[in-house]
Amino acid sequence: GRSVAAISKTELLRVLYQQHGWEPSTSENELFDIIISGGGMVGTAMACSLGLEPNLAGKKILLLEAGHKKEMNRVPETYSTRVSSISPGSATLLSLGAWDHIVNMRCKPYNKMQVWDACSDALITFDKENLQDEMAYIVENDVIVAALTKQLQTLSDHVEVQYRTKVVKYTWPHPYHVSESIPWVQVTLANGKTLHTKLLIGADGPNSMVRREAGIPTVKWNYDQSAVVAVLHLSEPTENNVAWQRFLPTGPIAMLPLSDTESSLVWSTSHQHAEELLQLDEESFVDAINSAFWSNENHSELVETAGSLFRMALSVLMPDSGSARQLPPSVAGIGPKSRVMFPLGMGHATEYIRHRVAIIGDAAHRVHPLAGQGANLGFGDVAYLTKVLSQAAFNGKDLGKSMQHLLEFETERQRHNLPMMAAVDLMKRLYSTNAAPMVLLRTFGLQATNTLPPLKEQIMAYASK
Amino acid sequence: MYSKKLARLAFGLLAEPTFKCTLTRSVSSRVNAVRTLCSWTVCLHHRRKNPLSEGLTRLNVRTVSQTTLDPAEVRKFQAMASKWWDLQGEFAALHSMNDLRVPFIRDNLLNVHGIRQLGKPLAGLRILDVGCGGGVLSEPLGRLGADVRGIDPVEDSVRTAELHSSYDPDLRERVRYQACTLEELAEEELEGFHAVVASEVVEHLADLDAFASCCQQVLKPGGSLFITTINKTNLSYVFGIVAAEQLLRIVPSGTHDWEKFVSPEDLERLLESFGFYVEAIRGMMYNPLTGAWSWQQSTAINYALHAIKRKEEPQPGQVWPESENLDEPGRATNYS
Repeated sequence: GRSVAAISKTELLRVLYQQHGWEPSTSENELFDIIISGGGMVGTAMACSLGLEPNLAGKKILLLEAGHKKEMNRVPETYSTRVSSISPGSATLLSLGAWDHIVNMRCKPYNKMQVWDACSDALITFDKENLQDEMAYIVENDVIVAALTKQLQTLSDHVEVQYRTKVVKYTWPHPYHVSESIPWVQVTLANGKTLHTKLLIGADGPNSMVRREAGIPTVKWNYDQSAVVAVLHLSEPTENNVAWQRFLPTGPIAMLPLSDTESSLVWSTSHQHAEELLQLDEESFVDAINSAFWSNENHSELVETAGSLFRMALSVLMPDSGSARQLPPSVAGIGPKSRVMFPLGMGHATEYIRHRVAIIGDAAHRVHPLAGQGANLGFGDVAYLTKVLSQAAFNGKDLGKSMQHLLEFETERQRHNLPMMAAVDLMKRLYSTNAAPMVLLRTFGLQATNTLPPLKEQIMAYASK
Repeated sequence: MYSKKLARLAFGLLAEPTFKCTLTRSVSSRVNAVRTLCSWTVCLHHRRKNPLSEGLTRLNVRTVSQTTLDPAEVRKFQAMASKWWDLQGEFAALHSMNDLRVPFIRDNLLNVHGIRQLGKPLAGLRILDVGCGGGVLSEPLGRLGADVRGIDPVEDSVRTAELHSSYDPDLRERVRYQACTLEELAEEELEGFHAVVASEVVEHLADLDAFASCCQQVLKPGGSLFITTINKTNLSYVFGIVAAEQLLRIVPSGTHDWEKFVSPEDLERLLESFGFYVEAIRGMMYNPLTGAWSWQQSTAINYALHAIKRKEEPQPGQVWPESENLDEPGRATNYS
């Protein structure tokens, strides 16, 4: 009986191949289980995470990156301008090897965050109870990518990486089993080769080609703001473990610690103002920064009075809470050639998944940097998608076709990401004006929140995931 | 096409008397249904003789054993063969049942054998999927690393299964299909499998004794038998037949015959008499609103059963050792 069955199957395959001009060798060599398109922070983290997952051992995984390999044997003297605030949750994800590399290279933990208004005295501080624990870490983006790349090299028998590889086209399969068609996603590269994969993960940034070609509708708008980033030299060395953010009417200005003598600047402001700032000479730029943090010119009498009255009322109700206002360290100079600007916008893909496709990181969601959450949301996507794919593999499922598991990823992450994005967007709009009613509203809101430790803990817990 | 089938059938039946005498001598004395074997082997010889010149059409209608399979049942499934892999189609409930069946099989096999290989927990295990249909259960087991043989008397289903698994090089190597019955296979594969899976099959069989006997033959000593089927209760009539087939159309109408349902107690008794001990019975429930299955306490409607083939002759008061090292040649025991 067995010989008859074997012959008929070969016969079947021969007919199939003849009909499509397939060569068995090509389709077998180039069929991957997972292809990740985009080797930035989130894409490389995804590759590491999948490579370390025991239930996915033996699966063929490939990471495609258009740029060159980012290695860092020694950390450069000067700090780079693009940094991210890494929450403890993300640090846990990265702790699978990459975090050690980051710690060995360069990172700065901070224990406290002070956020205050330029139009009033309202302020809010976040810190862990005993000020000894770290709240989060400021890490340069280059360091993160280099650390992940180093980790990925140790996983070379699980994950293959192709650098300097650009994708020109994606071809999607039919969602249902149509005989005589290839059921996999086809990825066509600039060098003419075509790869097949059972699951495509798009980690290719805010202008994601995967998302666009899959036809996933995206809600997006541009803020009429750009962010100016720079590396600041402080006037004097200090135990630099506080993150500062002040909401000016034109936009938030943030100073994030990098070391005892240096901090990173992220100043979101109107396009015009941003360009002006870039044109200023170093001294004037430094003055602008100091004045932005220190001056009270935006205070109005009404708001000041109302604010202090409210604060007195609150101190009666909750005597112990409320923090003393501290002022950030003053800036003396900026790092050489370190001023850059980039436009800001918000974007959210309405779906994170399609048949045999999933998108993660900035490809799925793009936020304003004012809450420092962009990278963390991406790392959260990586952690959850890995978990879901691990479960699917352990149940013997076809990874790209198991809509049940992919939907679980989408639902869970949208549930987490959307409120965060809405809150960030709301904050941005709320603080973009100096009209008295809005100022009063946010003053009271901020002061009230500052006196409620449980609420602050909730906010911190949510942002730390 | 049908005239050809009828002609072949007629030829097969006519040829029977000629072959009968030679065959009975070679038939193993273990199998009860001698007549069954004759009719099946006739077809087999007949197929071997027929060249492949007719392309993909094969002998579509097989003469069916009267002792285990119902000819009417076989005809029923032929009509459904092409719809196997439509996830929202008629077999949607069967696809979603994998969420229970695959972990049940995997975990019980892991308990016995331990993890063989990371990423491929069932590597090295040979599993027989009886009544594999379109390969709905065979494929996930293959992906978990097992060497799966799927058998089904309906050739169209086997074709569908082969076609579906042919695209994936992983599965091509590990999952093989064969259009035959269990009795036929039992001759060739004595004690060849670590596990036998008969999911949603037992309720379609006419002779459970022969089935149990064949399972016992093809399993290695200490091997596992996994069965999922429907209980024979009033509740299962209401939900399994009336609701599922006629009202909600979860399963095509006429798929099940309540008379053929087996209660877990009867099944357990039967298996014990054939040298198995039943290790676990769990109730299953289907939620038509979500389309999902879940485990439940009550076995009143659907249930899953795990039995292990005893390694030695049963003796009163003996304590059974844990099954390990199944690859050692076991003592073949004869239960008639």
